[in-house]
Amino acid sequence: MCTMIVEKVKIDGSGKSASGWFTLDQANVSYDHPFHAPMEHALNIDFVNESKGPSARVAVELSEAAARELVKTILDVLSQAEAGGHLETRDSTTRAPVHV
Amino acid sequence: MYTTDMNEGIHAETVTMPGANGDPINAYFARPLGDGPFPAMVLAHHMPGWDLWYREATYKFAHHGFVTISPNLYFRAGHGTPEDVAAKVRAEGGVSDDSAVGDLAGAAKFINTLAIVNGKVGIFGTCSGGRHAYLAACRASVFNAAIDCWGGRVVMSPDQLDELTPVSPLDLTKDLSCPLLGLFGNDDTSPSPEQVDLHEAELKKHNKIYEFHRYDGAGHGFFYYHRPAYRPAQAVDGWQKVFAFCEKYLS
Repeated sequence: MCTMIVEKVKIDGSGKSASGWFTLDQANVSYDHPFHAPMEHALNIDFVNESKGPSARVAVELSEAAARELVKTILDVLSQAEAGGHLETRDSTTRAPVHV
Repeated sequence: MYTTDMNEGIHAETVTMPGANGDPINAYFARPLGDGPFPAMVLAHHMPGWDLWYREATYKFAHHGFVTISPNLYFRAGHGTPEDVAAKVRAEGGVSDDSAVGDLAGAAKFINTLAIVNGKVGIFGTCSGGRHAYLAACRASVFNAAIDCWGGRVVMSPDQLDELTPVSPLDLTKDLSCPLLGLFGNDDTSPSPEQVDLHEAELKKHNKIYEFHRYDGAGHGFFYYHRPAYRPAQAVDGWQKVFAFCEKYLS
């Protein structure tokens, strides 16, 4: 099915596509049909820059378990960095849920 | 029936056609060689976009004797690889029902102006395209046959309705303007077998002409030979039913 479950979040960083590095300004997170992963539904993250058109996209398609483990790992790494006093805080993210 | 002493061929290319609101959009077009007259088909592509599978499906219908057009329902999202464009549309929650119906009805009108067409136009779609095919057949009286392959969200709950999809297609069943063929996998979750039951009950209630075929051992997307969902036996049977239905109502 097409679940149409999607949320967008503003982000700050860089991504590398086939044509090289570009500035990221948004991540689109969905649970819907993947294009490549061999599953009917996947947790899809598209890191994009809307101003550069549809091709400015770095895509990942993850199983539910992989997505949950990734989230946990990211938080663990950030906790370690915070504990070591290494975090460079740039408060540039705002959450923008999309209701579809 | 094809025999090995026949000469045959198709011509295929990208064309520009008027879509919703008269907007020029691109479309993939394929036609059998010859003077016709031939029946016509409009293909409503799926959520993964105006992709290779749909260009190949356009050839397939042309090979079977149909002048066929597959409009790019994501044209307004910009251009890139089909996956990149489809990902952008996915992030936006899909295209609006008005946009999809306008593009598909525009494709039917466009193709029906061709001298090689016999005046009969069908519509076929899979996944979100199945839903769009059903919607178009309910909202635009330009089709002579409609084929919904596992279209999800034909049956929508009130909390699923929004600005892009303001009406549950099920509620438009009374306006269905042509015979309907539905193909579904019994392992699918959207449409679930219970939702297909609701759809069928609504069709019966309004005395619509329809055929539903439900396949055991198949889920969503069982025609997609490039995906794990592919089920060869069910797909072969399903395609036979598609072409038999088209020949019955469009010849």
